Amino acid sequence: MSKIQRGVSLYSFQEEMFLGRMNVEDVVAFAASIGAPGIEILPEQNMPTFPDITDAQVRQWQDMLARHDAHFTCYDMFLDTKLRKGEVLSDEEQVNSIRRDLALCNRLGIRNMRVLIFVRPDILEKCVPYAEQLDIHMGVEVHAPWHLEHAWILRTIEVADRLGTKHLGILPDMGVFMKHYPPEFRARFERQGARPEVTQFIVDQHEQKIMCEYTIYEVAVKMGGNKAEIAMAETLRHAPYANPKRIKDYAPYFRHIQAKFYGMTEDCTDPTIAYDEVIPELVKCGWEGTLSSEYEGNRWIQDVEEVNSREQVRRQHVMFENLIAKAEAALETA
Amino acid sequence: MFDKYLIDAASLRNTGPADAPTGFAFEAKLGYYRGLGLSMIEKLDVAIDGEPVARDAVRFDEGAGPLTLDEMELAYDRRWPFGTPATILVDHPGGFPAGEHELSLLQQLRVSYLPFPSINTDSKTVAVPA
Repeated sequence: MSKIQRGVSLYSFQEEMFLGRMNVEDVVAFAASIGAPGIEILPEQNMPTFPDITDAQVRQWQDMLARHDAHFTCYDMFLDTKLRKGEVLSDEEQVNSIRRDLALCNRLGIRNMRVLIFVRPDILEKCVPYAEQLDIHMGVEVHAPWHLEHAWILRTIEVADRLGTKHLGILPDMGVFMKHYPPEFRARFERQGARPEVTQFIVDQHEQKIMCEYTIYEVAVKMGGNKAEIAMAETLRHAPYANPKRIKDYAPYFRHIQAKFYGMTEDCTDPTIAYDEVIPELVKCGWEGTLSSEYEGNRWIQDVEEVNSREQVRRQHVMFENLIAKAEAALETA
Repeated sequence: MFDKYLIDAASLRNTGPADAPTGFAFEAKLGYYRGLGLSMIEKLDVAIDGEPVARDAVRFDEGAGPLTLDEMELAYDRRWPFGTPATILVDHPGGFPAGEHELSLLQQLRVSYLPFPSINTDSKTVAVPA
């Protein structure tokens, strides 16, 4: 049995759930049916009475998961620092909000909490004793345009090292490994009026990993780009390709992965995110945790086609199974 | 991310006496992948055929009773849950104009982790059923 478990974030089915075409149990049943029974929950999305959750509701969730041989993997917290107009929550209020989430996370029996990337490391430091008491790992989401070695992320790692705690770390979103420009983005911008020669230029620039500001200036000023073209060029600010070889250095700091993707091809490959490079690195360093699907393609295609999150997630898991098996076989023969 | 789904076109109806409507109402969803506390909803701009309706003519009700938009910004204990319709009530003497018109809704949200406000818009050609 692989050390890498597979699961899905309920985020992946936001289109169907928003439209009332699937409920959370439909998602859980589907995830279990494709061998991905680890469920990542966003209580503020999936629990309509949040933050007031009764013990009966907690039991209903646990019974529902049990019916499908599924289990929770991760709790995605939010922090409304801008709750009140014109002022930011005090440090104490921020800590109390995070403690509220840690308590609910614990009641749900979840041991990983995704922390939004903008939460300050010194605020998290104040939450560490409670996270240790409840045995919950607080993982700061490493989300594009940040990346594994961004100085902001290193600050959280410094705090974790200084405290010698296993309950504060990171939680990478695989969007940081965007090796190729997403075809779904390009097609959407073309539908909005971007000229194919300009979109090709932007894709070529990204492929060469040219720093985004050069491309944005070229498109906006030199090429006289239209609104859609400039908007497409500006997406490059959020399109980092971090070095997968560095995963092993950070693996001790994470136990869960948000497996971001924008679209899978019919033959179950990801044209954008470098999973073919990432997964062998995870296998080589013996990483244990869950690859949790985070499909975010709906917003790029919903203007022209019916979104089918089930099929997209299914294809991603076919890819994961293949890549994990291949990497494990390579390790055994090595 | 959900712009085109915000307004429920079929929900449009006039409010007040049937022979002398004082306004109209429709159901809308929040254009966000999670629910949000009402205090973080800064604007619900309604327009008819591009003509904006005054802010103080708009009220919001997620089920706990109508609030003006100014009251909504102080409603720290109420939330608009994900994917759940809420009622937008508009004071508009005579009701929604007869026949088909373009109804627009702009939602401006204060999302703490974003450096800028999140703005979602939807416009639909709608009519109050005869």
